[in-house]
Formats: sequence, structure tokens, C-alpha cells
Amino acid sequence: MYDFAYQKPASLADAVKALGADSEAKALAGGMTYIPVLKQRLAKPSTIVDLSGLGLTGITVTGGTVTIGAMTTHVAVANSAAVKAAIPALAALAGGIGDEAVRHRGTIGGSIANNDPAADYPAAALALGATIKTDRRSIKADDFFTGLFSTALEQGEIVTAVEFPVAAKAAYEKFRNPASRYAIVGVFVAQTSAGARVAVTGAGQGGVFRHTAMEAALAGNFSAAAIKGVTTSPADLNGDIHASSEYRAHLVGVIAGRAVAKAG
Amino acid sequence: MPQVTLTVNGKQHTVEVENRTLLVEVLREKLALTGTHVGCDTSQCGACVVHVDGVSAKSCTMLAVQAAGTSVLTIEGLAAADGTLHPMQEMFREHHALQCGFCTPGMVMSAIDLVNNHPAGLTEQEIRDGLEGNLCRCTGYHNIVKAIAAAHPLMHAKA
Repeated sequence: MYDFAYQKPASLADAVKALGADSEAKALAGGMTYIPVLKQRLAKPSTIVDLSGLGLTGITVTGGTVTIGAMTTHVAVANSAAVKAAIPALAALAGGIGDEAVRHRGTIGGSIANNDPAADYPAAALALGATIKTDRRSIKADDFFTGLFSTALEQGEIVTAVEFPVAAKAAYEKFRNPASRYAIVGVFVAQTSAGARVAVTGAGQGGVFRHTAMEAALAGNFSAAAIKGVTTSPADLNGDIHASSEYRAHLVGVIAGRAVAKAG
Repeated sequence: MPQVTLTVNGKQHTVEVENRTLLVEVLREKLALTGTHVGCDTSQCGACVVHVDGVSAKSCTMLAVQAAGTSVLTIEGLAAADGTLHPMQEMFREHHALQCGFCTPGMVMSAIDLVNNHPAGLTEQEIRDGLEGNLCRCTGYHNIVKAIAAAHPLMHAKA
């Protein structure tokens, strides 16, 4: 690991200032992705700005919205009685990320901001139509995830919370790589006030994406049978030693069917 | 050079570190607590698991500066002062839950975290799922699972 300067600001304003002042500075949330990146010398930040002192943790459920602070850990979401009651699929997803020790440190804000193409949370945010709150604005999930490891966040912009509208039905299923346990294909389905939404992670070359053909098929009939014949083009999917793009395309249909059946 | 103050196994230490120093490097190289192992160094294997403020964490994937002000528990901190083993350690011995022993410290620390978080009981499947982040290259999982199941009632009887 290259060495760097380290700051742990006590206020959001100070953190924004520290990141804004230096384009080579990087924000650190739980570090479950970024510390391995640093260890492999894939990044050389001038300064690490640790966000753990900003108080961005906590879960609130009001009306039809679950709001999760950006620095809330996966364990906190997985174990939250409020999340389990409002959006059980979201609690289950959080409980299936990495392993327990990783879930004690990893955060929702870090996962969303990193936008790993195999990450779980981006699928939930996109399918549920979440709103990502930052230090300066609100961004719809549809506009937030812009490609592989890229988001609409500006340099130095800090995610403060993620707001999830409660869905009538929702479920997440993933087909794990047997060794790494990352999603080869993960599908989050939701019956929302804006209609059925289907988000696919692990498969797309550009990261998480919505499956509009499946959404159309589910619009009038939210059942596994409704999407049985809906195919997925392998053209824009990843193909690697773990799974070809054709295999991933097939898995999207299978896993989406399981997710819809699970949502009930 | 930055200084970090943290409590390890109940004793407070102030150590000089670089900002890039990992928690596991502080434990092993500054405090000579070499029971915490580095296996894969990529957050996969769990040989480096310790407890930070009461919950399991991979000490190879945490900066020492992030551990400032925390309380860390390592494998060396489990046994009583008179040498009486922690119930989990005793059950690992009783059930021969180790072969080469390299993964054992991380297994024990993860197992204690798992039992702490499931006071009502653990099924065999829950134990196996709970060990997702700990790899045993000897593939000696079967006796590890038995040891954890046996330690559960002992740990919760004591509490």
C-alpha cells in the first residue's frame, strides 16, 4: 500500500471541504472494497477522508419510506426489526453480502458509491426506486448508477443516506460464484407504486441495469409464469472464466423467476 | 509519525504507525500478538479475525488509524488469567476441531461472535453459514461445526 495522509473529520461540512480541496483525496466508508484496492496498489490517494465520525448511521421508517444512513453497516440493516417489517427483502439482501465480519464493517453508502458490477445494494436501490441523498442534492437511483464502478456523484460529493420507498412486494435472489460468493447474476424484483421493477446485478457489462422487457411482462401479472418466455440478450452481458455471456443471459431468466416466486 | 491509542485484550497501548499500517500489523509486529494470523491478505480467509468493539472484523482489512479508541480482543485475550480456556477454545480441543491449526484463531473468534449473536441456539446449517468468511485449507470443517455446537450451551449457561 502506498502511504497517504489521513483525516477523520467530525462534521459533514469539514469532510466535504477536505475532499473538495484536493482532487486526489478519497472518502473511506467501511473500507471493505477500498482497503483491498489500496493493498493491491490500484489506487494512490493523497489523503484518506474517513467518514466514520460524521454520524451518518441509523435507520428510520416513516410513512412509506425506509431511510438508511450511508454509514449504516450491512449487519445493522440485516438485523433491523424496522427494515424486516417494512422491506424484508432489503434486510435479507444485506444479510447475504460477503460474510459476517465483512458485514460488521461494510456500509450501504460505500456499496452504492463504489457501484461494483456484482454488488447487491445497487440492485435493491434501482428496483425499489430509491433516492440517494448527498451533502448537496437528491439523486434518483435511475440517474445514479452510470456504468461500471461509476455513479453520478461529483468529485468530493458524499452520500449521506438512501431512501427506499416501501414496495407492495419485493424479493432478491442471487446465483453465487461458488468460490468468491459474489453474484454471477443477482435479480431484485419489486412491485412498486410505479409498477413492477426488475434490476439485474452481476451480469451487465455496464453494471446494474433494469430489465424493461420483464417489467412490461410483470405489469399486468406479477408472477413467475409471466416472465417465463422473456429472454435476455447476451450482447451487453459479461462473459468471463466463471460464466459466458450466454450462460448469464440464461441465468437472468432463471433467477428473476425465482425472485418473483419468492416475492409471492 | 501518527500515534494510535487502542485497547487490546483489556490493556491500553499507544503505538506509532504509518497511516497505511493495518490493524493486524500492529497486533503482530508492534504488540507481538502473533496468534492472529495473516492467511490470504485479501479479506477472504478469516485467519485474521479479531473482535473490534465486541464484533468480528478482519484485521487485515482495517487500518490501524481506524481502530483508534476501540477495544480489540484477540485469541490471546480469551483464556482466563489462570490459564482456564474459554469454552470455545475448550470445545475446539475436546472435539479436535483443528488439523494444522493455522485457521484456528480466526475460526475461534468468528465462532464466538456467531454464538454471541444467536443466544436462542444455532442449527448446523446456521453454523456452516456463519463460517462463510473463514476458510480451513485442511477442510476440517466437520469437527469445527461440532465444537461450536457444543460450546453454545456452555457460553450461554455462563452468561
